[in-house]
Amino acid sequence: MSVLVYTENWDGKFKKLSFELVSYATRVAEMLNTSCIALSIGNVDDAELKKLGSYGAQKILSVNSDNLKVFDTQNYTEAIAQVAKNNDAKVVVISNNNVGKAVAPRLSVKLKAALAAGVNGLPLSTNPFTVRKRAFSGGAIAHVVLKTDVKIVTLPQNSVDVTETPVNAEVEKISISLPEPKTVVKDVQKQAGKLLLTDAEIVVSGGRGMKSPDNWGPLVELAELLGGATACSRPVSDEGWRPSEEHTGQTGKIIAPNLYIAVGISGATQHIAGVSGSKYIVAINNDKSAPIFEVAQYGIVGDAQKVLPKLVEAVREIKGK
Amino acid sequence: MKILVCISNVPDTTTKVKFTEGDSKLDTNGIQWVINPWDELSLTRALELKDDGNTGVKSVSVAHVGLSSSEPTIRKALAIGADDAIRVNADSSDAYFVAAQLAEVVRKEQFDLILCGIESSDYNGSSVGGMLAEFLGIPSISAVSNLKIENGQVVITREVDGGKEVVTTPTPLVAVVQKGIAKEPRIAAMRGIMTARTKPIKLYEPVPVEIMTEYVKYELPKPRAACKFVDAENPKQLIELLQTETKLI
Ligand SMILES: Cc1cc2nc3c(=O)[nH]c(=O)nc-3n(C[C@H](O)[C@H](O)[C@H](O)COP(=O)(O)OP(=O)(O)OC[C@H]3O[C@@H](n4cnc5c(N)ncnc54)[C@H](O)[C@@H]3O)c2cc1C
Ligand SMILES: Nc1ncnc2c1ncn2[C@@H]1O[C@H](COP(=O)(O)O)[C@@H](O)[C@H]1O
Repeated sequence: MSVLVYTENWDGKFKKLSFELVSYATRVAEMLNTSCIALSIGNVDDAELKKLGSYGAQKILSVNSDNLKVFDTQNYTEAIAQVAKNNDAKVVVISNNNVGKAVAPRLSVKLKAALAAGVNGLPLSTNPFTVRKRAFSGGAIAHVVLKTDVKIVTLPQNSVDVTETPVNAEVEKISISLPEPKTVVKDVQKQAGKLLLTDAEIVVSGGRGMKSPDNWGPLVELAELLGGATACSRPVSDEGWRPSEEHTGQTGKIIAPNLYIAVGISGATQHIAGVSGSKYIVAINNDKSAPIFEVAQYGIVGDAQKVLPKLVEAVREIKGK
Repeated sequence: MKILVCISNVPDTTTKVKFTEGDSKLDTNGIQWVINPWDELSLTRALELKDDGNTGVKSVSVAHVGLSSSEPTIRKALAIGADDAIRVNADSSDAYFVAAQLAEVVRKEQFDLILCGIESSDYNGSSVGGMLAEFLGIPSISAVSNLKIENGQVVITREVDGGKEVVTTPTPLVAVVQKGIAKEPRIAAMRGIMTARTKPIKLYEPVPVEIMTEYVKYELPKPRAACKFVDAENPKQLIELLQTETKLI
């Protein structure tokens, strides 16, 4: 018996998300009196693989195959399923990001395992296996019982703490025979080196109250000074004021930074659906009755164009820049 | 090419949900039901492809697993322009069950391209599309933000961390769509509403499938602490508060 966690890598490196998942899977394994096994797919060197042991993974399995170079949902599912079966995994932990959303449901059918997507914290109980999960786009939290012998849970980024519980993990290279992927990649358009909105701990976001695409300078500067990323509301990306990757909310990206600063955003439920997991929300809006203030812990009622430059100045002072 | 759009029936996205029976059931009183926003966009894109004329799309159908109470949502999809509809007459609370039913529908009706949304706005399952593909043993592409048909081949743009990839797979395939697939949902015109009444809704009885999940209870999110206001003339105070109280700056 084991708890299996799939740890994705980015060009051979893990990131905080991978360590969150291992920390979580380790806790779940403790609840079940078993051990945590991490699975890595792709070309990751031993030193990097070993890092997963710092968060409690007792065994680290590494699969590398030409047929896993392209992200093909069928081959990835097959690889994870085989490892889950061979290690008698009772719980499989995956991220609730694009990769997890693509693979977890397929895995559910392949393993005949109940799936809970977007789980909030550790299981409430292991028998029956009950988890809390996001429902109604953040409007409620549901308690779901997973009734099958094997269970799959997917975890949103930034939703659990990274906890170090170093163990002497063994790294094992395994091989899995897979067919040629059916997915053929024709073209890749990637921006390298940019902080991903989903990874950012601090996000500064602008809405229609920013008034014009020309007013974004101080907002971007504030985000840069804070080491964060920029986001926006849907109308802003629809208008083409900002790139569509920044669109946050129910129909855009769902993020959970530690700090979300909303500037000139009214706080419509569909927007809040994408940011309600943030630890702290700050709102800057010239309308005191804007709904965004109902979910914010800090607020300034004022004109964004006047307030933003002053915030930039204050941060510069503090950071000595 | 035959396209199937899987539609789920969800509370209007502005609904403030409430629960009854000891917080174990959704209080459906006063809820306005709509087509899940992603499915509305999928349908729009499917109809654009059919209207194009050069894509070889012969028909656009919709399928829904649900009780007769969700017929108005199906009629709406027909009014928007779907050619016909299929309803599997069963409660739709478990994604595995729903996907198994849809798999039966696809096996019988032989669709080439199946569109599902990335999530239903009610239970946020992010499940049905991928499960359906696995039941059928066919490829699925997720996080689809653009879909074209070129020389009979489905060409898909999907979102990956930090960018996009353009990919193809053989058909039949399931595309799990998200932002970008269509700009605005198509709205039913008067003529569409009239003709929708006469379009067929085929009824399927469910096949027996195990229920894997059970929703036993709901909580409302904890209200956040009241907002602390900082004077607009002195935004510096905000930065100081963030520094001392949240320790994030
Ligand atoms: C199915 C569906 C899905 C949707 N999905 C999303 C989604 O994913 N994300 C999303 O964001 N929206 C989404 N929406 C749209 C959503 O309902 C709102 O329309 C949108 O969030 C509003 O954007 P906004 O706050 O930027 O603009 P507005 O609502 O126009 O608000 C602008 C705010 O700026 C303030 N303001 C004006 N001038 C100033 C100034 N000088 N200084 C400071 N403040 C000022 C105003 O008081 C106001 O509160 C969706 C809608 C639907 C129907
Ligand atoms: N009851 C249903 N009937 C038909 N399609 C559904 C149903 N529930 C979900 N879907 C499809 O699956 C997608 C994702 O839903 P879910 O897995 O419930 O988050 C939706 O956008 C629909 O395309």
